[in-house]
Amino acid sequence: MITLTINGAQLSVEKGTTILEAAQFLGFPIPTLCHMEGLHPYGACRLCIVEIGEGARAKLVSSCTYPAEEGMKVRTSTARVVKARKMVIELLLASCPQSKTIQDLASKFDVRQQRFKQEWESCILCGRCVRMCAEQMTGNAIGYHGRGETRTIGTPFDMKSETCRLCGGCIYVCPACQLRCTYSDKENAICNGCVNLSLPCVEKDQFKEMMCYMDPCVACEISGTHYSNIK
Amino acid sequence: MSQDAVLKIVEKHKKDGDGIISILEDIQAKYSYLPDYALRTVSEETGKSLVDIYGVATFYRYFSLKPKGKHLVNCCLGTACHVRGGQSIADEFEKQLKIPPGETTVDKEFTYETVTCLGACALGPVAVVDGHYFSKVKTTKVKHILEEVKKGLEVIKIQGDKRIFPVEVGCTRCNHTLMDKDFLIDNYPSIRLTISFKDKHGSVRLSGMYGSYNIESDYEVPEDTIVNFFCPHCHAELKSPTICPDCGEHMIPLMLKGGGIVQVCPKRGCQGHLLDLF
Repeated sequence: MITLTINGAQLSVEKGTTILEAAQFLGFPIPTLCHMEGLHPYGACRLCIVEIGEGARAKLVSSCTYPAEEGMKVRTSTARVVKARKMVIELLLASCPQSKTIQDLASKFDVRQQRFKQEWESCILCGRCVRMCAEQMTGNAIGYHGRGETRTIGTPFDMKSETCRLCGGCIYVCPACQLRCTYSDKENAICNGCVNLSLPCVEKDQFKEMMCYMDPCVACEISGTHYSNIK
Repeated sequence: MSQDAVLKIVEKHKKDGDGIISILEDIQAKYSYLPDYALRTVSEETGKSLVDIYGVATFYRYFSLKPKGKHLVNCCLGTACHVRGGQSIADEFEKQLKIPPGETTVDKEFTYETVTCLGACALGPVAVVDGHYFSKVKTTKVKHILEEVKKGLEVIKIQGDKRIFPVEVGCTRCNHTLMDKDFLIDNYPSIRLTISFKDKHGSVRLSGMYGSYNIESDYEVPEDTIVNFFCPHCHAELKSPTICPDCGEHMIPLMLKGGGIVQVCPKRGCQGHLLDLF
């Protein structure tokens, strides 16, 4: 067991527990975006930053990826943390200003200014969909392409993936956007149910065993062929 | 281009833990780009998902998913080259080739790319064409470089070097010529020998140019492996009592047509050789 202090409250946790898990156990609110229970921590959004260490050696770390250490002193809402967190939200807001999740975060954490150029991206590269596809759905249909500025998420060769089961898990977990719902792009879209209304999911043989996360799906709603009705 | 070649490359890397980067490097070295079927084969053979392999292939700038031209032109735009006018060299290449960086000319002759540093800063501005470094390039030299490349860099090098000359050799035992006129290496008939190592037997062709170490082999002979050589006509083993001055192996004797014996080291990667003229 490892004993650590979070905001002055002492707590013993098992080895390998992350700071985020320990803080959530004590009830300290730490905002997260890329973190999701059941998926491996990734540390992409940097929203969950906390301050560890003391004095001049104090530093900001992402709590979702940092394992608890013996005698560690964690502070989750110091002025430094709050300032950095607001900056992160401002940056996320600049890249995806249309995202409801990010807008909510901004209002919750009192981000009232927008100093950066708005990019109107549809993705913040949090990697939730990639991890969902690989870890929960064992689909391995989507992944990262390229790097740096040109990094994107998509299927190999940007073609319809052979391993994709159209479960819609990636769209379900997306915190920021409607990235995978590429409804206007008929050829490359993963689902495109709403465009052709022929319900690609229904045409699949194993439809009954399929886990559909797109509930309610536009296609289902319009055509009234929700899988619960078919059965 | 075949599936087998890709399988062979994957097989080669199986024992050292499926290094995806090394597999992709070998495929790129062979085809000059990464064909999509090759990525699919690698994914099937290594058991790694196609997205991971595609991710690696798109992450590194070295890998290309588009076919490249016959010649690869790299112009350096690193800091040192930049202050010495690298940008104007790059612009000149762009003007001469009529393509932006990262593209291939319509006739598939040249692929033009810019790089951020080639590690030869003292020679700047640097341009590299097919592995040949051109140092202190001037805008006026760009056209000349491209013309030279079209003629072929290797040919010019061999013809201009007096230490490199063509030889004609025969077997020391049956005196039958070993030259293969149908198989050219360095634009000159090659020397055909039979090789055997471990449980493999096949043909190997050495360059007929004295001083050139280019070979073509049925098998990929690992470096530092000792291989037995035989005459393809009388099947006698070609092994001389002379020891290689560089590595201590028994050398391969070859009878020179004009009189004399040239001896080469059988070890792959060793460049030891002796020339005795009668």
